[in-house]
Amino acid sequence: MLTTILFYVFATVLVGSAIGVVLARNPVHAALFLVLAFFESAALWLMLEAEFLGIVLVLVYVGAVMVLFLFVIMMLDINISQMRSGLTRYAPLGGLVAAVMVGEIFYVVWMRHLGINLALEAPPMSVPGSNTHALGAVLYTDYMLPFQLAAVVLLIAIVAAIALTMRRRTGHKMQDVSAQVAVRREDRLRIVKVDSEKYQ
Amino acid sequence: MIGLPHFLMLAGVLFSIAVAGIFLNRKNVIVLLMCIELMLLAVNFNFIAFSRWLGDIHGQVFVFFILTVAAAESAIGLAILVVLFREKKSINVENLDTMRG
Repeated sequence: MLTTILFYVFATVLVGSAIGVVLARNPVHAALFLVLAFFESAALWLMLEAEFLGIVLVLVYVGAVMVLFLFVIMMLDINISQMRSGLTRYAPLGGLVAAVMVGEIFYVVWMRHLGINLALEAPPMSVPGSNTHALGAVLYTDYMLPFQLAAVVLLIAIVAAIALTMRRRTGHKMQDVSAQVAVRREDRLRIVKVDSEKYQ
Repeated sequence: MIGLPHFLMLAGVLFSIAVAGIFLNRKNVIVLLMCIELMLLAVNFNFIAFSRWLGDIHGQVFVFFILTVAAAESAIGLAILVVLFREKKSINVENLDTMRG
């Protein structure tokens, strides 16, 4: 009973904050609504006994990705009033597509039942021990290569993001370290023979 | 009693809201990126719900990888956005017609 109440509370707030992301006038508000959506999702994932992923969602998404979003939004000076002028033009089409998709999913899930008893409570997880332990046992054995590839993807993302946003400004005074290191004696030092003058 | 269909419906509604958001926000690339994040969240919901009801941990491994790729995608997307704003002084989707698409 408590689980049901909690599910509906979290689900209502989640859907409400998703609508907030879509309809918010200010991109900062949209980002904060998305943070709320991630928190609610993390709570629901905890209810589904995916504890590790719930915590990772809060740490990685709320802690890193959404901070990056807010950083970019505040860095780019966006004209909000002009941003929303075309909202109503596509609203009927978007609403129609969303309604059709919800209808289709409702048909598939509730009418066709997916061969699953609706009143069935979730079976206990077959893996004993903590969720993190079970996930790690699979991740570091069966999924070793994909795990390494995920690390490579993250590395590529770091390099690509830095390479895209780096720029050289003209007239900007800074050290050129490689030029400093590569300098030779002949470039800097000039030995001049000066004839000594006679004292008169 | 909360069953698998409840979670699947929640994920479906979330995905539909995100699709509607992509239709609505034709002006702001940042909100489009946020809608893509919402879509990925909805997909992750399906994976975790099925993982729970089928008693199979492999669904959660997939969510782990989706989270990784989504983080990389949003980082590169935001980097492209910053470069775009520097070039055009605007992030309006309708101004991005250089390639006449």
